[in-house]
Parts: sequence; C-alpha cells; structure tokens
Amino acid sequence: MADTSGFIGKPVIRVDGVAKVTGAARYAAEYHTEDLLHAVAVSATITRGKILSIDTEAALAVPGVVHILTHENRPDTARWDLSYRDMVGPPGHPLRPLYDEHIHHNGQPIALVIAETFEAARDATVLVNAQYDVEAHLTDFAVARASAYDPPKRRMGIKPPQPRGDPQTAFATALVKIEAEYHLAAEIHNPMEMFAATVILDADGVFNVYDKTQGALNVQFYLTQVFKLPAKKVRVIAPYVGGAFGSALRPQPSVYLAMLAAKALKRSVRVTLSRAQMFDLSCRPETLNHIKLSADSTGKLTSIHHHAIGHTSAYEDHQETVVNWSGLLYQCANVDMGYKLIKLDTMSPGDMRAPGAAVGVFALESAMDELAYALDIDPLDLRRINYADHDQNDDKVFTSKALRDCYDQGANAFGWAKRSSAPRSMREDRDLIGWGVAGGVWDAPYSPVPTRARAELSHTGHLTIISGAADIGTGTYTIATQIAAETMGLPIEAVTVRLGDSKDPFAAPEGGSMMAASVGSAVQAACQKLQKALFKAARDLPDTPFKGRKFKEVAFRDGQMIAGDVAVPFTDIMTAVERETLGVTATVLSNYLSTQKYISYAHTAVFAEVRVDEDLGVVRVTRLVNAVAAGRILNPRTARSQITGAMVMAIGQALHEETLTDHRLGRIMNHNFAEYHIPAHADVIDLDVIFVDEADTRVNPIGAKGLGEIGIVGTAAAIANAIFHATGRRMRDLPITLDKVLYSDG
Amino acid sequence: MTQVQFTLNGHSTSADIPPWVTLLDFLRERVHLTGTKKGCDHGQCGACTVLIDGKRFNSCLILAVSRDGAEITTVEGLADGPILHPVQQAFLDHDAFQCGYCTPGQICSAIGLLNEGRAESREDIREYMSGNLCRCGAYTHIADAVEAVLEASK
Ligand code: FES
Ligand code: FES
Repeated sequence: MADTSGFIGKPVIRVDGVAKVTGAARYAAEYHTEDLLHAVAVSATITRGKILSIDTEAALAVPGVVHILTHENRPDTARWDLSYRDMVGPPGHPLRPLYDEHIHHNGQPIALVIAETFEAARDATVLVNAQYDVEAHLTDFAVARASAYDPPKRRMGIKPPQPRGDPQTAFATALVKIEAEYHLAAEIHNPMEMFAATVILDADGVFNVYDKTQGALNVQFYLTQVFKLPAKKVRVIAPYVGGAFGSALRPQPSVYLAMLAAKALKRSVRVTLSRAQMFDLSCRPETLNHIKLSADSTGKLTSIHHHAIGHTSAYEDHQETVVNWSGLLYQCANVDMGYKLIKLDTMSPGDMRAPGAAVGVFALESAMDELAYALDIDPLDLRRINYADHDQNDDKVFTSKALRDCYDQGANAFGWAKRSSAPRSMREDRDLIGWGVAGGVWDAPYSPVPTRARAELSHTGHLTIISGAADIGTGTYTIATQIAAETMGLPIEAVTVRLGDSKDPFAAPEGGSMMAASVGSAVQAACQKLQKALFKAARDLPDTPFKGRKFKEVAFRDGQMIAGDVAVPFTDIMTAVERETLGVTATVLSNYLSTQKYISYAHTAVFAEVRVDEDLGVVRVTRLVNAVAAGRILNPRTARSQITGAMVMAIGQALHEETLTDHRLGRIMNHNFAEYHIPAHADVIDLDVIFVDEADTRVNPIGAKGLGEIGIVGTAAAIANAIFHATGRRMRDLPITLDKVLYSDG
Repeated sequence: MTQVQFTLNGHSTSADIPPWVTLLDFLRERVHLTGTKKGCDHGQCGACTVLIDGKRFNSCLILAVSRDGAEITTVEGLADGPILHPVQQAFLDHDAFQCGYCTPGQICSAIGLLNEGRAESREDIREYMSGNLCRCGAYTHIADAVEAVLEASK
C-alpha cells in the first residue's frame, strides 16, 4: 500500500490538478442539457434615473429569440428587502435587477434577452431600446468627499475602530512627525472565468443551478428567499470556480437572471455576463487615507492617526476594516482612528482580496517609510523598534506571532543589509534601483458560524469527504484530502473530496482566509468521529479481535485499525459489520472562551526591488521576497501559489489597476483587459516566498491561519517604498502609473 | 449555415455552422468541448487559445467557418489516454495554476510557443506567453513549467 501518513505539511500535488490540465474540470457555464436556452443581459446606459419605456420589438424579431424579460413582464419575486439580503451582504437595500424602473448605477441590468443560441441572444441585445428619465448623478470621489458619513449600521464582522490615549497632544508635542494622504483607485476583481450561471430544470421541478460562487449555500439561501421556493427545489452546485477573489461571495445578477428566466419559461437557461459587464458587478472601493505619525528621537512611535474614507453605492453601505490595522501592527499608546463612507452612484463595492487591509496597510506602511526617512532610521529597524508583542486594539494575547522571524529571514534572503539608505543611491545603466520594505497583517479567523463536514467510508475502503465549502483555486480539495488521509491512515488515492454542493453539510462562503482552518478542522473532526464509529462497530462484533480494547489504544494506519498486534483492514471490518458505507458528520465551532483571551493574525514582511527608467517612467518590479508567518503550512506547494498569486495581484494594485470613470457619463470606460491592465507574464519577474516556522496550538485544532489574503497586504507599500528609494519621489496615489513617475513631484 | 470539415483532436468532424459563430463558441456550445475557456471574447486574455495546424490562436477571434479543413487541437486532445502531454505534466508538477481557468489556454499557448522554436530563455518565455493572462497569478510557476519542458527538449 502507498504511504498513509505524513501528508499534512507535505507538498502534495493538487488532487484536482489532472482535471484542470486536461480540461475535464467544468465551470458554471459548462453544463449542458438538451433544449438549453442562452440569455444575455442588457445593461443600463445611464447612471441614475428611471426607465420610461423599453422597446423590445426589434429584438424579439431576431430569429431564435424566445423571450425578453424586463421589469414590466418579469415573474413575481419577493417584495421585501430582507428577502434579497444574502449571508454576507452589507446593510442597505440590495440591488434587484429587473425589479422596477429605477436605475442606481451605470451598467445595471435592465433586460434579459433569451434565445435558442448564444449568438442570437447577444446580437438581439443591441436592438433593445430603452428610454430614460435621466437624473443627476455623482461618481466623482473628490466631489463627494465633503459629505463623508459614519455608517449608521455596522456590517457584520466590522469592528468600529477604538481610539486610545491622547494622540492629539502626543502629535502636537512630538519632535519628529509626518502627515500625508494616500489614495487608492477602485479595482475590479476580474477573475478569469466570466460570471455565469446555468440553471437546469429537471423533471422533478428542481432548479439545478451551476453557479460561479464562493458559497453554494449562500446562493441557495438567496434564491429560495427571492423566488419563494422551498430549499429542496433549489440546488446550487459549484465544484470548480475559475477564480473569484471576493467577487463571488455575494450572489451576482448572473444567477438571479438565470433563475428568473428559468422560472418564467420553465426551461433550462444559461446566462453569461460579458467581461465588460463584469466591471459593473463589484469592485474594491476607492479609498482615501489620512495618516499622521509621530515619534521620539529613538524612533518609538508616540502617536498614530489613521482616518479613512471608502466609497459605497447609493443603495448599500459596504464597509471594510481599513484603519484598525494601524492600532494593531505597532506598539503605541496614543492612537486615533476613524472610518467613514461616501456615497457614489456606482454598483456596491464588495470584498476584494484582503478587503480593507490591502488599502489601509498600504497607507500605514508607506507612512512608516516616510517616518523612517524623517528619523534617518533604517525602515526595517523602525519596525523592529515598534514591535507589538501584545494586541492593543482588543487587549488580547496573540496565539502566536513570528513577525520578527519574517523580518530576519526576509531581510536575509533579500540581502537587505547591502542597501544604501539614501534615495537615488543605487543605479545600473539607465535604471535607478530601489529597495523597499513593508509589513503585512491579516486576521486568522475561524468561521463565525459552525462548519460541518461529512466523512463516509465505503465497503471498498474508499473514504469520501463531503462539505458545502468551496475551492476557488485555493487548494481546499487538496488540503482536505491530506487531512482526511492522514487522520484515517489511508493513501491519498483512497480519498475523494466533494465540495461546492448546497445539499451537502454547511460551510460559510469561502472568504477571509478562513476556509483552510474551518473546513480543515471540520474534516479532521469528521474523520476522528469516523474512527470512533468504526472502532465501536468492530468492537461490538460477537467475535471481535478488539475485545477489551479502548479507543485510545487503537491506531489507524495503512488502511487498517491496529491495536497491539491485531491489525484489521477497514474493508474486513466493513464486511464483518455488513455495511455498504459508514458515515458521520461533524461540526466545529470557534472556541468562544479562548477568543475572549486570545487573538490570531497572520503576518508578513515584504521586500521589493524595483528598477525605474526615469526617462520613460517605466517601473519594473524585479524582485519580491515575502516572508510569511501563518501558523502551520498544510501544503507548502499550494500555499506558495496562494502567496505568489496575491503578490502578483499586488503588483497590479501598485502599478497598473484602476477603474477610469467618465464622470459626465458615470461609466467605467476601461472595462476590458486591454485598457484595465492586470499583470501579465512580462510584469512578473522573480517572486520568493519564505514560510517561517510558527507553531500555534491555540488558533484552531489544525494550527493553520489561512493564506488567501495575507500575500497582498503590504506588498504594494513595499513597491511604493522601493520607488521612493529609487527616485526620491514619494508615491501616495495607487496605481503608480508612468505619468505619475514622470511628472509627480512627490 | 455553412458546412465545414475539421480534424478535431484527431477525429474528422463535420458540422453545419452559421457563419457568425466563433470557433470558441463552436467548441464550447456546439460540440461541448468546454476545456477551451472564454475569459473575454475579445482576444485580450488568451484563455481560448487552441492549436490550429500546430500554431496557437485565440479561438474567440476566429470564425469557425473560416477554418474549413484545418487540424484543430484543444486541451482535451493533448494527452495520450492517461499519459499527459509533457507540458500538462509540467504544469501539474510545478503547481502552475490555482483555479485552473486560464490553464488550458496557457498549456496550448506554451505548446504553440515550443513549436515556434523561438523561446530560448526564461525572459523569452515570459515575453511570448504574455498574451495569456492568469488572475490567480501563477506566472512564475508557469514559467518554471515551460522552462522545464524547454530545457528537456534541448
Ligand atoms: S476569450 Fe479569447 S482571448 Fe479572451
Ligand atoms: S489559474 Fe486561475 S486564472 Fe490562471
């Protein structure tokens, strides 16, 4: 038999890898049935106002067009806001596509053309003609800034920042201080898979919904509420998700519209949004940070002030944790923090990879670099001087924090000691070279709601793990397989993991880096429960070889249950107890008592090297080293991919990515990959990841902290700081496009 | 409707296709070879890359009827039964993907690149693979995978 232990922490090859390299893995738009209809949405071309009329006559005349849905002829849907609120949505009035005549943002879906072929549906959309009553709109952050407000209702999970000490006096009397504003453009998630949903209506009247979602159960919940259907009539299935980064946390119009059409026509329907339409789904909010830092002459921080404004839509109050990190990352007695929103006539922003931290920590870590130069202290030393051994935001003890090791090992790998500190002091040929550093931090939460997983052993000795959780490319299938194989003492090949089906045990939507810890712990718990069930079944047999044995004396190895010199294969036990399958379900919860005392974060130290061609304004990120402390690394291979992937997204955030809105129209104009640049092969040169040892027995039963977000946090700041070191010009506005490098005086 | 004849993954295939159907939509919607992905439909992402007579193309920019008589290979046609194509195997070995959505296009593009015979270094690989976007950011691992196959073939 193949190896049956030592899997956790090993670079096991992705168990879904073969399916992905052969094209066998199927995504939401890739399920087919006879007589499937194809639907394409029509987007609003105004930003605010009312639809006066929609003329669909010409579109309906296109051969192959079956029906066109608008707010005037849609089937009945729920009336109350509450029914449209999904599990993760913010406070407000969720958008209801095709509900009534009101337009809340440019690109809002106003009609759905349904046809026998995709081509007919797509071509007919241009013939749908809407007349509008246009109202004035506001999409310009700079104009709206004056009307910032405190969100009256908190979004679940967002803690209000708590100031401490006397930051005003400390700042006023400090010897060394800096003050600056840091602005970040809105970004679009842009997963490579286009948003789509295929609804297959079966003979029993069940809507089988193949959706692009990070939470099959969340979408099922939403659809049953909105369409007033019993849960057994709606099954949501998402075994493979072509990237999401937060954009598929909430149910998107694609699935809503597909259900609407399927219900109206009692047919199977697929809706695929276009790439341009995906720019109107969700975004990382445009954010402005105002930071003041002061320090004594030794570099000890005497005050931190961080106030941020993020944008939200007219209809919802999307909120993120932007400023709280500034009260957490460094030891400081005097802290002032605040977070406000402004309303713009855009779609609601949503969580995008490390929501809040990716923007707030950029500002803090840029400001720390400015302070280091004001103090003439090495930026890495400044961070060491202000190291936080204790969480001052909540007055809690860290379950573990190996950030010092990140500083040391990262600096070593990067060669930080060789840095000459003066800006513009490193040069090669035409290029100025700059080295920058920044820190990163992210929550290591446990799912706030119970997570469940099921373990089923078949009579052939094959183990199936089942959870409603998702794998959005993060490696959930693989780590769940590793944990299950290791716990039960089975080879990797004897384990199958099934995810992303709403009929399976509950797990919260995949987000916030809590999937590995929560689902991993649930899988482990389910397997431990299965061990007990198997033991009990075997011991209760009339002529049991385990007579008188206790569970704790039993080991599970090589597909066998072993006690002393007795070793019985699982298959024999299953035959003896005459069972086809033996299955158990386990539930794990966060340990409330321990969360009263302890708190968990993952940390990083990121080092960046840039080359700047000043004549052309071109910046190249030639090296990035990210030293990560994130508890136990369950699979260094998939873990590394998560971190490097986030570092790539950070290069985009730092240098390339922004939505460009024509404020006269209120429309995002660069809604395609040619004009909204995401990093390509040529932009990514050399990435290094170091996982420092961080044993953590308190964070959760498997000791892992989650890696989905942490790789992006701080990375853009390290790049901006490197650009300062190269050029002597401070870049406080992301993305740092070449015009800024050429013309800003910094 | 126009009648066309392809060799598709080694099999002779004929179909009646309206002239406005792209090769990508033909593959995905009409013959249900969904391994070839749609990421933009505008020739900007490379997810739809297939091999036509050994050369890499964005299938979203090609009308199916224009390739009458061509030999078309998609990701589904690369492996020899259970034996993966060396580029597929290298992607697996180097964890050159996360979500897997750009992967068929990356793999077909890499095979096209190797067929072209002009990539000599890692820089070349990065440059000539830049038409294939990966939002999961697997670029360094993709470069590792392609470099490994390139080295092995030298
Ligand atoms: S789908 Fe063809 S290049 Fe993007
Ligand atoms: S692997 Fe997800 S887009 Fe490349």
